[in-house]
Amino acid sequence: MNIFVLLKQVPDTETKIKIAADKKSIEKGDIKWVINPYDEFAIEQALKTKEQLKAGSVTVVSVGPDRVVEALRTAVAMGADNACHVKTDQDLDTYLVGKALAEVVKKESGQLIFTGKQGIDDDQAATFGYVAELLSWPSASMVVKCEVAADKVVVHREVEGGTRFVIQMPVPALVAVDKGINTPRYASLPGIMKAKKKEIKTYSLADLGLGSEAPKTSSSDFALPPERQAGKKIAGDAATQAKELVRMLREEAKVI
Amino acid sequence: MIDFKLTDEQIALKETVRKFVQSEIIPNAHRYDATSEFPHDIIRKAWENGLMNPAVPEKFGGLGLGILEDVIMNEEMGAGCLGMTTSIAVNTLALYPILIGGTDEQIKHWITPFLNEPKLASFCLTEPGAGSDAGGLSLQAKDEGSHFVLNGSKMWITNAGHADLFTVFATTNKELRSKGTVCLAVPAKTPGISLGKHEDKMGQRCSDTRAINFENVKVPKENLIGKIGDGFKIALRTLDKTRTPIAAGAVGAARAAMDYSVKYSKERKQFNQPISNFQGIQFMLADMATKVEAGRLLCYQAAWALDNGQDKMGSYYASLAKRFSADMAMEVATDAVQVYGGYGYTKEYPVEKIMRDVKLVQIYEGTSQIQRVVIARHLLGE
Repeated sequence: MNIFVLLKQVPDTETKIKIAADKKSIEKGDIKWVINPYDEFAIEQALKTKEQLKAGSVTVVSVGPDRVVEALRTAVAMGADNACHVKTDQDLDTYLVGKALAEVVKKESGQLIFTGKQGIDDDQAATFGYVAELLSWPSASMVVKCEVAADKVVVHREVEGGTRFVIQMPVPALVAVDKGINTPRYASLPGIMKAKKKEIKTYSLADLGLGSEAPKTSSSDFALPPERQAGKKIAGDAATQAKELVRMLREEAKVI
Repeated sequence: MIDFKLTDEQIALKETVRKFVQSEIIPNAHRYDATSEFPHDIIRKAWENGLMNPAVPEKFGGLGLGILEDVIMNEEMGAGCLGMTTSIAVNTLALYPILIGGTDEQIKHWITPFLNEPKLASFCLTEPGAGSDAGGLSLQAKDEGSHFVLNGSKMWITNAGHADLFTVFATTNKELRSKGTVCLAVPAKTPGISLGKHEDKMGQRCSDTRAINFENVKVPKENLIGKIGDGFKIALRTLDKTRTPIAAGAVGAARAAMDYSVKYSKERKQFNQPISNFQGIQFMLADMATKVEAGRLLCYQAAWALDNGQDKMGSYYASLAKRFSADMAMEVATDAVQVYGGYGYTKEYPVEKIMRDVKLVQIYEGTSQIQRVVIARHLLGE
């Protein structure tokens, strides 16, 4: 089975985000880029699936500037067989990213897709939906368990309150995974050395027929969340404290 | 003219080791320190991820990594637990003599099993009476034609209790000093070998350290690495290659002590403010940072020289790196305990372990004093 993993390179979780001068993007200069953690689970799941089926290949795909090659090489070092880079320096919207990814999967005859349920940078959780829709494949998200047979995929979705849905989908299908599904392996040292020599296939947007395609969404304004105020300590005995608390909730916080 | 940029592979390697240290080594370091049990599970995982035996050349199925890669790896591992670092990295020390002095057949025969399984090897040079004076070996290797017969003992041998192979340095004739020395590959199970007890050490407690006794141990001639008289030379050439990575382990430990100190100084409040506001603390932190960076630069310089065929300067730089990094790490760890105050003196906090662990770096693989002797000899042109 030709298994595909869609991966996004995102700022490291410890990055201090700064908004760029245009207020429509973030400053990218000092950022350390990593594989989106949810996509790491997807890589592991793809590798596990291939190992269980004892056949097939795992191809990782990412859209972005030259730096995303580093993420692709890490995935190859973890064990992926092939890597495709859709090279663009533009900030594409989720629709165009989804379309580019879907076109690569079509061209490369993908049969099963794993990806993270969302990117941890802007948390839109949109791309996987676009890809599945554009390929007319069934999809399931927030997947915490996944079993693959030759013609079907059975996934467990966790929803709020601890309820689990068990869904069966025919192949081809897209599975967007949640944390807890597995523990991603390390990029081993022999893997890193092998990845160094691996040729990475490059597509331009024009190669995928997206040279003049317009985005469907655009960002209008970026703002940082307001800084957290210091807490207030209420003094006095219990009765005074309770009275003051109620007053503050009513008059200052205006919640009662 | 000068470039400190690591290659993509070196960056990837550093990331992998750092992740490994955070998930596997740090969460277990305290427990292994307390029990002084041997970290078999960690070593197995390190091997599975290719963190062991990095120097074995590609033509023998290894990764063929250089000293700089070894330095990068050891700094990261040293930041997690120096005891585990020692036990993981000692294979490199024990296998180098075979890589340096062995024939292709010997390398294939002795080294391949280490690539196929997480096996351990020990480097057996030091003796009860031959420490800094490593040339004064008294383990006797009596030449009996088709084989040698070993009688005597070795001391402070890392991983001895868990190793499958010993690379043993011995003398065929003590009066010849270094010219009588031999290097032998000796399977640990060879009859006549017995092990001393696991030493109960101050630091690096999980790494296994023992004496080894040899009583009429028969070693076939084909186990001789190099020629009779090459032993001491092979040992020195090996130590030239491993001294810098050992120094890098100390840099890693010092870096960890510094990072813990920075974090703690921002949390700990005295006189209604974090102690990081006080210049007395700030100066200690600033000195730590300067020392750590200087240590790393010396390690990188030595690694660069050794990887680029400048053996003589590389050996000299390696002594500078080891001397400085070991002493520096001891100072930084001592200051880290000071920043933590009373809490730092307890085992509830991580810095006292670092202080105990780094002490050993001033002693093993050439004491800080012997490094100074080597440095001075170089300066004085002896």
